[in-house]
Amino acid sequence: MNFQLSPEHEMIRKMVREFAEKEVAPTAAERDEKEHFDRNIFNKMGEIGLTGIPWEEQYGGAGSDFLAYAIAVEELSRVCASMGVTLSAHISLCSWPIWKYGTEEQKQKYLTRLAEGSALGGFGLTEPNAGSDAARMLTTATLEGDYYTLNGSKIFISNGEGEIFVVFAMTDKSKGVKGISAFIVDSSFPGFSIGGHEKKMGIRAASTCELLFADCKVPKENLLGKEGEGFKIAMTTLDGGRGGIAAQATGIAQGAFEAALNYSQGREQFGQPIFNFQAVSFMLADMATKIEAARLLTYQAAWTEGQGMPYGKASAMAKLFASDTAMEVTTNAVQVFGGYGYSREYPVERMMRDAKITQIYEGTNEIHRLVIARYLK
Amino acid sequence: MDFKLSEEHAASQRLFHEFAQKEIAPYAAFYDESAQFPRENINKLAAQGFMGVPVPEEWGGAGADFLTYIIFIEEISRACASTGVILAVHTSVGTFPVLYFGSEEQKQKYVRKLASGEYIGAYALTETGSGSDAASLCTSARREGDDYVLNGSKVFISNGGHADVYTVFATVDRNLGSRGITAFLADRDTPGFSIGAIEKKMGLNADITTELIFTDCRLPASQRLGQEGEGFRIAMSLLDGGRIGIAAQGLGIAQAALDEALRYTKQREQFGEPVFNFQAVSFKLANMATRIEAARLLVYQAAFLKTNSLPCSKQASMAKMYATDTAMYVTTEAVQLLGGNGYTRRYPVERLMRDAKVTQIYEGTNQIQRLVIARALQKGF
Repeated sequence: MNFQLSPEHEMIRKMVREFAEKEVAPTAAERDEKEHFDRNIFNKMGEIGLTGIPWEEQYGGAGSDFLAYAIAVEELSRVCASMGVTLSAHISLCSWPIWKYGTEEQKQKYLTRLAEGSALGGFGLTEPNAGSDAARMLTTATLEGDYYTLNGSKIFISNGEGEIFVVFAMTDKSKGVKGISAFIVDSSFPGFSIGGHEKKMGIRAASTCELLFADCKVPKENLLGKEGEGFKIAMTTLDGGRGGIAAQATGIAQGAFEAALNYSQGREQFGQPIFNFQAVSFMLADMATKIEAARLLTYQAAWTEGQGMPYGKASAMAKLFASDTAMEVTTNAVQVFGGYGYSREYPVERMMRDAKITQIYEGTNEIHRLVIARYLK
Repeated sequence: MDFKLSEEHAASQRLFHEFAQKEIAPYAAFYDESAQFPRENINKLAAQGFMGVPVPEEWGGAGADFLTYIIFIEEISRACASTGVILAVHTSVGTFPVLYFGSEEQKQKYVRKLASGEYIGAYALTETGSGSDAASLCTSARREGDDYVLNGSKVFISNGGHADVYTVFATVDRNLGSRGITAFLADRDTPGFSIGAIEKKMGLNADITTELIFTDCRLPASQRLGQEGEGFRIAMSLLDGGRIGIAAQGLGIAQAALDEALRYTKQREQFGEPVFNFQAVSFKLANMATRIEAARLLVYQAAFLKTNSLPCSKQASMAKMYATDTAMYVTTEAVQLLGGNGYTRRYPVERLMRDAKVTQIYEGTNQIQRLVIARALQKGF
């Protein structure tokens, strides 16, 4: 066992932290206030090689590993959870299934654009009546000659303003779960459009849209994997995606904790820094400990995946624990700041609003408990 | 002991509930999104005679007892937490100071108008350098003949700009510590008194919260409330009632969240059945309901003690701490139970969660509440 990050990983942390402080942090509050997804920031992430961290260089990637990717998402989320999830959805949910299940042509055509950051990617699974019960989707895909025609809609799609989506649709209703197939959809395909932008509690600077398919023509070469393999692709994708969310949650918690620690040492009441009161210092001690544990679980999951070992249980545990930690830490961070914590002039209320979704998406924490319980059995 | 509300209290509760659900609840999302003072709500409340529920009838109030007032705050808050706190501030710390400590002239000048809703009241204690450490406030009141000249500023003041009269705390001599603090009644249009920036908050967005700025603001001695140096005692005496009021607000928010979570989980189907059927969901709801039940009993107990003029400081702090911690817990779980939908502004629970957080902070942080409770334990009661 070795609990030290390699020099390469330390370097990546340093590099992403500097990028985050310089290019992302200064506008985080404003982008949240205006509910504005800033594509330029994503483009800059591409320029410094963040958008394809784990993929081979032949596909435009950085040739690094999942641990480096987790560190990058964590450092971005520390200053802006919205940009953290933008990268996470882009890599884990869109790029990964293409990397894992795509043909060489598909990888050359799509993975490269994603890795370089010239295209932004998303994952179209969820529908109004298919959340936790993803298999109950209604979007259909009918093979007609050289094209699949897609009809239906998806909601709550991260990076909805992007160009490339891995979309799941029913190719054979009679087969239930085994009738779902996965497709690579380019936003330029006829019949594709985006619906409304979701008005959210937090991660307001992340792009979250409805995707609409009205006789959307997808070339049959864009079938990802085989017909009927879609559900397996979705579930294995989410296995890895949860590691990204674990990293996002860890980052959010870290940012909130640092702000609270800092504030408590400067703010004086009753003639001394409020840090001196056990009520406050013990709260911070609990926060720090949980973040440490969350980080270790997150890195373990990433390392396990990178080693080529089964990582489903590790990533589920990491996501569950880190997101619960983020919710608790941010709620307490607002408390440490007192009245100022409730003001939008200080960052912690935004972090608390951002934290909540990490307990819900990419599998609610209840689903995660189900997943973990299955591994225990 | 009797755990049943009296006929009268039950009837009041039904009245408040129906009014709030019909006239206040439908607009809560709008007021939150637009961050506007809910003037329409206030007009409707005034028309019902609800702007002075616990104020004696001789002063134009409804003459209800304190428990009735607490039930009122709970039901209004259940419909709209912002409106709930506006009322709690207006009554508990906007009207009661004048009613209990005012001279006859001051009561004649203000109480009737506050009770009718013609005037809105506010309370200005907190400053940037004095939150929990309220006694360390800096706003000064320099005596000049028959006047006091106030200099300084207050922060996080509810109803800022919309209130007509403000109970303001300033010190005549910082060297005297808390014994220099003196209370004043400042009319909004007093020269030298201006409303500063509107606070942009996480929630409770229709509760307009501002800075108040006093620049050589001259107030005649007739606007002094109580004696010089009595201010801190006045502030402390209002705390119990204020805390129970906020406890009721927290309770109302929690109840609204539970109501919505129950409604949603019974009809939302996944895996072929209502999600309520899954133990993960139903057990969460069971926990939420139990915490609310306990919170309600603590709040009503504190209200009962106060109504009967029995000592209630420990119970008031317990109620405030527990009910608001419950509100935070219940609303966070409610968002969870509504899943992705719960995170959108199309459903009310994310607003309830944003509203709940400040209830753990204001009117004495829950850390200060624990201090109060601990001291009571130490003294043996």
